[in-house]
Amino acid sequence: MSDVEVTPEAQPQLHGCPLSDSRGQTVVHPTRAQYVALMKKLLDGGYVMCSDLTATDYLTHSGRSLPEGIEAERFEIVVNLTAIASRDRIRIRVQVPESDPMIASLFDLWPGTEAMEREVFDMFGVSFDGHPDLTRILMPEDWDGHPLRKDYSIGRIPVQFKGSNS
Amino acid sequence: MTSVENVFRTHEGAQEMRPRSEISAKEILREVGSVLRMSEAEVAKLGQMPADADEDQTMIINMGPQHPSTHGVLRLMLELQGEKVLRCKPIIGYLHTGMEKTGEELTYMQGGTNVTRMDYLSPLNNELVFSMAVEKLLGIENDIPERAVWMRMLLSELNRMSSHLLFLASNGMDLGAVSMMLYGWREREEVLRFFQKVTGLRMNHNFIRPGGVAADLPPGWRDDVLTILEMLPGRLAEYDILMTDQPIWRERLQGVGVITADEALALGTSGPILRSTGVAWDLRRDQPYLHYDEVEFDVIVGSYGDAFDRYAIRINEIRESIRIVHQVLDAMPLGDYRIQNKKVTPPPRARIDESMEALIHHFKIFTEGFKVPEGEVYVAIESPRGEIGCYIVSDGGPKPYRIHMRAPSFVNIQALPHMMRGGLVADAVAVISSIDPVLGEVDR
Repeated sequence: MSDVEVTPEAQPQLHGCPLSDSRGQTVVHPTRAQYVALMKKLLDGGYVMCSDLTATDYLTHSGRSLPEGIEAERFEIVVNLTAIASRDRIRIRVQVPESDPMIASLFDLWPGTEAMEREVFDMFGVSFDGHPDLTRILMPEDWDGHPLRKDYSIGRIPVQFKGSNS
Repeated sequence: MTSVENVFRTHEGAQEMRPRSEISAKEILREVGSVLRMSEAEVAKLGQMPADADEDQTMIINMGPQHPSTHGVLRLMLELQGEKVLRCKPIIGYLHTGMEKTGEELTYMQGGTNVTRMDYLSPLNNELVFSMAVEKLLGIENDIPERAVWMRMLLSELNRMSSHLLFLASNGMDLGAVSMMLYGWREREEVLRFFQKVTGLRMNHNFIRPGGVAADLPPGWRDDVLTILEMLPGRLAEYDILMTDQPIWRERLQGVGVITADEALALGTSGPILRSTGVAWDLRRDQPYLHYDEVEFDVIVGSYGDAFDRYAIRINEIRESIRIVHQVLDAMPLGDYRIQNKKVTPPPRARIDESMEALIHHFKIFTEGFKVPEGEVYVAIESPRGEIGCYIVSDGGPKPYRIHMRAPSFVNIQALPHMMRGGLVADAVAVISSIDPVLGEVDR
């Protein structure tokens, strides 16, 4: 990409956010404050499609590598954008602390994130500020808890062998 | 990990669409915007919204979840004024079985059995994207043997055919062309018979695995494929007589469920829905994976973004797949069908009888699985329904720390309320059908 500013002895940055490389894929690490402004710039820069928005709960895997200056938090919102014209992809990873699981919604930039943000809310309990209809999407509406959190039990039901003698 | 202290106790609002009397004027503006799944700014750009009726003239009805034309357990809440659809809200989750959570408990060897059940009409594409993501994490994506790569292309394209054939069948059925239902299933059966011969199963194959494929092609496979390839063009020509050229068929589909390119991009749709609006975006051509850059095929695009375009794109994509498969047959090399990397490949069956180490190795791979280096990747390919993506986070263990599938149907059905607004209830069936959602993948 042409607009990557490489300053000597510093990590590469894009619009003021540190960049990293994950198996050849470009990843940007904005803070929560930079998030929406960065996404707006990326949208204007040709990333017209928001392919995917999901999250990861890093409760039991804290030692992951992040660029300098990025504090690891429990939740991470992961957004994959696609640029149709340049046939390019970029990934954005934002840290969201457990104490305040809240992040701005991208609904006004890409209306297609509506269902994906609802899914993250449903599965991880991360709220999206500015989302028009933040309700559960996959789980029943009176469900307790957020299933994809790492401290949510997988709830395996023991197999019952009916009719066996033992 | 059974503690639930950290888990929020939540009781969110109802997922259902609320009647007009229960929401304020501001909310209804937002609601119309959100039902259209567009931001208020974009709604404003659309110009004056058609004046909606008062509540005493409308009624809210449920379509589904047990409606045969909603392709599984999709439930739609429709606000109707007479026959006209004013608002619509898809309610999903009836088939949610927590497959992403299950995926965290399965090793990379077992993961294929899980992901293959998501989009049950194109299971091989699910396996393919999962395997490619795992291979990228392992750093072996460029070492997959040539034969395995071409086999993957062969199966992926045949799967595209079988999926689109089922679309033609159900689309015909939804619109009253009942005999098409039989013809579509009949042709798909031929493809599934080939899959059964190759993989042992008609669906949910778990055949494409990290490192290659599970087995070599059986003897006589080339003739079987050629039989399918020779049979299909004639049958497709019959479909053209039966449906494409029929005035009744055109009347039912043309101008129904129209969406523009900007709207389709904003809503994140992909596959035939995006291409029907004229955006030539096909990952096989635009971000080539496997050897799609070495075969010749056309990306089919529509121009009106209506249900007829989406139908025509799929029937022509079958023809393109036939072209690709012909080239795959010519290019299919001899050689190994899986990577000879001790780390991910179990030893051959014969070695287990003669070598203790091979037996231990075999046992370890199948009980513990193989460890995958720490990292995270997102890999996307073109499934029959659009971009299917796989996001895997590895913590260095034998199981994915997080596995997320970007399901094309899940994103595509967001376009439903938008396509339906202002249409008739009878057209709603055509619109649902033209999106071709697979609810197994929507709900995962």
